[in-house]
Amino acid sequence: MYVAVKGGERAIDAAHAWLAEERRGDPAIPELAVAQIREQMTLAVNRVMAEGSLYDPDLAALAIKQARGDLIEAIFLIRAYRTTLPRLGASEPVETGGMRCDRRISATFKDVPGGQVLGPTFDYTHRLLDFALAAEGEVPEAATAAPDAAPKPRITGLLDRDGLIETEPASDETPPDLTREPLGFPAGRALRLQALTRSDEGFALGMAYSTQRGYGRNHPFVGELRLGRVGVEVEIPELGFAVEIAEIELTECETVNQFAGSKTEPPQFTRGYGLVFGQSERKAISMALVDRALRWEDLGEDFTGAPAQDAEFVISHGDNIQASGFLEHIKLPHYVDFQSELELVRRIRAEAAASAAEREAAE
Amino acid sequence: MRADAFRAEAPVAPLLSVRGLTKRYGGRVGCEDVGFDLYPGEVMGIVGESGSGKSTLLNCLAGHLRPDAGEVLFDLGEEGLCDTLALSEPERRRLARTDWAFVHQNPRDGLRMTVSAGGNVGERLMAVGARNYGAIRASALDWLGRVEIAADRIDDRPAAFSGGMQQRLQIARNLVTGPRLVFMDEPTGGLDVSVQARLLDLLRGLVRDMGLSAVIVTHDLAVVRLLAHRLMVMKGGRVVETGLTDQVLDDPQHGYTQLLVSSVLQV
Amino acid sequence: MTEAESRVEAPGADYNFAYLDEQTKRMIRRALLKALAVPGYQVPFASREMPMPYGWGTGGVQVSAAVLVPGDRLKVIDQGADDTTNAVSIRKFFQKTAGIAVTGHTGEATVIQTRHRIPEAPLTEGQILVYQVPIPEPLRFLEPRETETRRMHALEEYGLMHVKLYEDIARHGEIATAYAYPVQIEGRYVMDPSPIPKFDNPKLRMAAIQLFGAGREQRIYALPPYTEVVSLDFEDHPFVPGKAEGACALCGSETSYLDEVIVDDRGGRMFVCSDTDYCAGRRAAGHVGAEGAAAGEGRA
Repeated sequence: MYVAVKGGERAIDAAHAWLAEERRGDPAIPELAVAQIREQMTLAVNRVMAEGSLYDPDLAALAIKQARGDLIEAIFLIRAYRTTLPRLGASEPVETGGMRCDRRISATFKDVPGGQVLGPTFDYTHRLLDFALAAEGEVPEAATAAPDAAPKPRITGLLDRDGLIETEPASDETPPDLTREPLGFPAGRALRLQALTRSDEGFALGMAYSTQRGYGRNHPFVGELRLGRVGVEVEIPELGFAVEIAEIELTECETVNQFAGSKTEPPQFTRGYGLVFGQSERKAISMALVDRALRWEDLGEDFTGAPAQDAEFVISHGDNIQASGFLEHIKLPHYVDFQSELELVRRIRAEAAASAAEREAAE
Repeated sequence: MRADAFRAEAPVAPLLSVRGLTKRYGGRVGCEDVGFDLYPGEVMGIVGESGSGKSTLLNCLAGHLRPDAGEVLFDLGEEGLCDTLALSEPERRRLARTDWAFVHQNPRDGLRMTVSAGGNVGERLMAVGARNYGAIRASALDWLGRVEIAADRIDDRPAAFSGGMQQRLQIARNLVTGPRLVFMDEPTGGLDVSVQARLLDLLRGLVRDMGLSAVIVTHDLAVVRLLAHRLMVMKGGRVVETGLTDQVLDDPQHGYTQLLVSSVLQV
Repeated sequence: MTEAESRVEAPGADYNFAYLDEQTKRMIRRALLKALAVPGYQVPFASREMPMPYGWGTGGVQVSAAVLVPGDRLKVIDQGADDTTNAVSIRKFFQKTAGIAVTGHTGEATVIQTRHRIPEAPLTEGQILVYQVPIPEPLRFLEPRETETRRMHALEEYGLMHVKLYEDIARHGEIATAYAYPVQIEGRYVMDPSPIPKFDNPKLRMAAIQLFGAGREQRIYALPPYTEVVSLDFEDHPFVPGKAEGACALCGSETSYLDEVIVDDRGGRMFVCSDTDYCAGRRAAGHVGAEGAAAGEGRA
C-alpha cells in the first residue's frame, strides 16, 4: 500500500543532527579550536577569505571548522554572511607599491632594486612527507634579521619609465561592484578583475594553464610577484581626510606579456594583473594570465576561440558558489519534469510502434 | 547583346543606388568612393584580386560593416529610395531577412549546421511569421527541388551534404522568402569545377526565373561572364573600370583589367 | 514599513524581517515593478548571496523576501508538494527570519513560492505566486551568449525558437518539449515559464500576480494578472498540455497532474496527484480513488 512520504521536516532535523556529530568526529580526540585553524591552516583561511570576498581570518577559520574542511562550503558560509553586512563605506585604493613585503620576486630580472626576497614559500622545498610533523613538538625558531627597509619599486614601473610597457592610465572612476549590481556584458576590465579575484582557484588555474598550452597564448613573464601587508585607509567625512583602519595581507602579480606593435606604433610589452587576499600565489598568477587573455579586444588581437579569451564564458562559470549550487541542485526532486518527459517518450514510442505495425500490416 | 536587350527594358528607378562609399581600416583603405546603380533584374559583378576591396564593399552594402562615408540607398517600395545606413537596427535586420539575401562563400557561415535541411530553409519563413508546419515543409520541399536536392534529404543535417549540396541549400535558404536583392560572396569558391558549372547553371536559372537583382563578388571571371550583366573591376579599394560584362571582358580598357583578363586566358 | 518595525520580534532572531536588509528589498521591488510593467521582459537585478545554494531557489526566496509583509500567510511547494525537503527548508527559513504564518492550503495563502508546479486550484486576485527559476533565458540552449540573446529579445528575433519546434516535429512527429515550454507574452516577449510541466502552461493566464526569480542568473520577470500567455506552436501542430493518462489513486481526480510512483520491483506503479493539497482537499470532501480509502487513513 502506497503512503505519500511525509515528515520531510523531521528527516531534515535528523540529518542536521547527524551532520553535527560527524563534524565533531571522535569525541576522544580534542576539538579543533578556531584559533588553531587560523594559525596553522593559514593558506586554507586565505583561500576562503579570497573567494568569500571578506577579509576576516577568524570568521574564515570558523567557516572552515563548520564546513568540516570543505573549502567551497566554507566560502559559501562567508559569502552568505557577507551579504547581510551593512556597507559603511568604501576604502581608498590600497597602495600595493608601498607594500611591506614578506616576499617579492621578479622573474624578468636577475636582480632588482629592493632585491629579490624569497619569504615563506614552498617553492624550493622537496615534497617529501615530513613524518616529524606527525609527532608533536616545536619547530626551531627561524633566524631573524633587522626589518628590510629598502624601498621596492614596481618592476613594471621601471619598464614603464622607458616606455617599454603599455601605460596603465590612472583613473579615479569608482569600479563596478558585482555583488551590488547585476553583472552585465560586455564586462569592462575592472569588473572582470573583480570576478576573477573571487573566482574559484581551480577554475582560474585551469583557465590560465589553458592559455599556456596554446588556447589564447600570451607569453607571460612574472614581472613581479609580491606578498605582504598594506594599510587600508578610509576617508572619514567628518574629518575630511583618510585614516588607516586596518592592515591586510595581499598577493599581487604583475605579468609582462608579449608585445604588440605595428608599422605606426613601436612594440611594447603588455600587462596582466592579479590581486588576491592573503598568500595565494597560484591564484594571483592565474588571475594575471586570464586577465591578459581577456584583454585581446583592447589590444587589437584576434579572438582565436580560446575559452580564456571569452569573457562571458570565464565570468559566467568561474564562481564556485554559483557553480556548485547549480550543479548540486540536480539532487533536488525533479520528478514532475521527469514525469512529463516520461509521458512524452512513452507516447512517441507508442506512436512509432503503432506506425511500424501499420506498415507491416500493409506489406 | 544579352545585356543590351536587358538595358532596353530597364525601368527608370534603380533598386539599389550606392554613393561615395568609403571604408578604412585605420590607415589602410578598404574601399574608396565607390558608387553605382543597380536596376531591378540586373546582376552586377564585382571582380578584383584578393585585397582589392570587393569583399569590404559587399559587406558594407549588406550592412555587415559600417562604412565611414557614403550612402547605400535601397528602394523600400512605398517610401522609395532610403539610406539603409540610416535605418534602425530592427529595420535593417528585417530587411536582411525579407528583401535581401546573402550567400556566403563558405556554406558553414550561411547555414545552421546542426539544423536539418528543411529547418534551414524554413527559418526565414518562420522568422517572418509563418506558423503552419505543413506549409513551411511544403515550401522547403519545393525549394529543395528547385536547387536539385532530393526530397528524402529534407530531414538530414547539412553536415552530411557535399560541398556543392551545402551551397545549393544555402541558396534555397536565402531565396525562400522571395528577396529582391541577393548579395553573393564568391558563391562558387572552394567547389570542384564540375560542381561549379552545375551551380552556375542553377543560379542563372533562378536569377532569370525570379527576376532577381544581385551583386556578385568573385575573382573568377567565368562566373561573371555567365551571370553578370554589368561588371565593376576593383583594385586597391577603388573602381578602375566599369561597363557591360562582355564589353569589359572582350575589350578591357584599364591596364589592370587587361592583366586580369589576360591572366585568366593564360590558365 | 520602517526598518525598526521590520525587525523580527521573535526571540533569537538576528536578521532583518525576511532576512534581506531594506535597501536590498527596495532594489528587488524596483526590479519587480519594472518586470510587471514590461511582462515577460527579464529585468537584471543584483542578486544577493543567500544562505541557501544557488539553484536551490535563491531567486524565488529573494522575491518572496521582497514582497512578504508581516500579515502574510506563506505556502511553499516543490514538485507540487508542501513536504518535499526543499519546500520544508524554505518555509522554515521564512518562519525563522520573518516570523510569518505558514499554510499548506492554496486558498489560504497570500504568497505561494513554487518550484516546478502551478497549484491545481485556481488562484485568486490578491494572491502572489513566486516561481523559482533556474535558467530564465528561453533562448539559452539555442544561443549560449547573453549579449546575443538580449539582442534577439530586443529585436524580437524569435525565428530560431520556431526552428527548434520545427526540428522536433520533423524528428519526433510532435513538439518534444515536456516542461519549461516556451511562451510568448502579449505578443511580445518569449518567456521561459520555469520548469513547470507544459500541463500547467494554460494556467499561466490567471488572476494572481506571478513573479519569477532567477538568483544565480540575476534576473526577475513577471506576469500581471490576466496577462495573455501563448504557448508557442504551429497552426497544424497546436500546443497540447499533456499528463499521464488515468486518475489519482488516492482522490480519483482525472484532471490533475499526476506523479508516477513505483510501488514494487515487478513493474507495479500507481499515479497520484502531484499537488498534495489539492488531493487532500478532494479526499476531505469525500472523493475516493482506487486505493484512496486505506491510503487516506495512512496519511491522516
